[in-house]
Amino acid sequence: MSDPQTQRVVDPKLLEILVCPVTRGPLTYDREAQELISEGAGLAYPIRDGIPIMLPDEARSLEAS
Amino acid sequence: MTDTPPRLFDRQLLARRRNRAAPKLADYNFLVRRAFEDMCDRVDSITRDFDRAAILGGGPGLVDELGTHPAAAKIGWLTQSDLAADVAASLEAPALCLDEEALPFAEESLDLVLAPWGLHWTNDLPGALVQINHALKPDGFFAAALLGGNTLTELRQCLMTAESELTGGAAARVSPYAGTFDMAALLQRAGFAMPVADVDRVTVRYDNAFALMNDLRGMGETSILADRPQKPASRALFVRTAQLYAEKFADPNGRIRASFDIIHAAGWAPHPDQPKPKRPGSATHRLADALGVKEKSLGEKAGK
Repeated sequence: MSDPQTQRVVDPKLLEILVCPVTRGPLTYDREAQELISEGAGLAYPIRDGIPIMLPDEARSLEAS
Repeated sequence: MTDTPPRLFDRQLLARRRNRAAPKLADYNFLVRRAFEDMCDRVDSITRDFDRAAILGGGPGLVDELGTHPAAAKIGWLTQSDLAADVAASLEAPALCLDEEALPFAEESLDLVLAPWGLHWTNDLPGALVQINHALKPDGFFAAALLGGNTLTELRQCLMTAESELTGGAAARVSPYAGTFDMAALLQRAGFAMPVADVDRVTVRYDNAFALMNDLRGMGETSILADRPQKPASRALFVRTAQLYAEKFADPNGRIRASFDIIHAAGWAPHPDQPKPKRPGSATHRLADALGVKEKSLGEKAGK
């Protein structure tokens, strides 16, 4: 992980239109963890250098944490 | 996901191929650029603006190209996606990584979706189109360009002949493609209004079949067929393929021809104000009256 200060931030308009690709339900933006959390799917999609990675295979499972 | 369509393509392999090709993708994307410019022309010909637009796939360089095109004036906010994270990281617009088969866009959240490339590698093309339709606002516009039709027909023929000569059988090494008519029908099936499709036939010339295959690797477009042969093809196969290619599909100067059929398809998310054909037999005025002629019956009634 690089220094958060130098990371690109995710575009706010992008966050407005994103939903969980598995459940099509809403996402919660966790600014600290740089994750988009889908409660319905139990998945946290990572945001890497301002780029949301909306792939279930790449997401962190919430139960496992 | 109950009735999943057959898994034709290995999309994780596609993501790995694109990640590997990412650093040099911009050097090999001349076909995507050509297709994307045509798509921009199409957008420019539409007399409305698009507040929110998404480009699915296509790779780096397209947003910069759009910036120099008159269509840019019609587009407000723009995002671009890729299946491969490394490619997404190289994009100019606000980027995201997504799988076209499971779109993460909210219902009716976009005014314009452009899909240059990528859709020819979807296992469930009708499903992807339905999802795009749902992501569009009513009267939103969708345009796609994908390789289809007779793309790489010469390579396909030579590989098959070479492999059956060498091994007595032939495996599928070039992917199957959708045709022009398939695309218009698929758009209609996915609920798009006023669907259109046409084909841009491009012949690219190379020194030899190896140069062609090198280009395909550079584009990240080598076969990702799920039941591709597990053993890598032998060098002998490629040597024989290149020989056959040079014999059958070469210009007088020795350079070989490779066909690429770029299928362009476009349609609109339905809106009540869009023109619709009237029901047969619902006319309130006679055509004959308007033309000032006498009507002759053909013995048929419309709408029956």
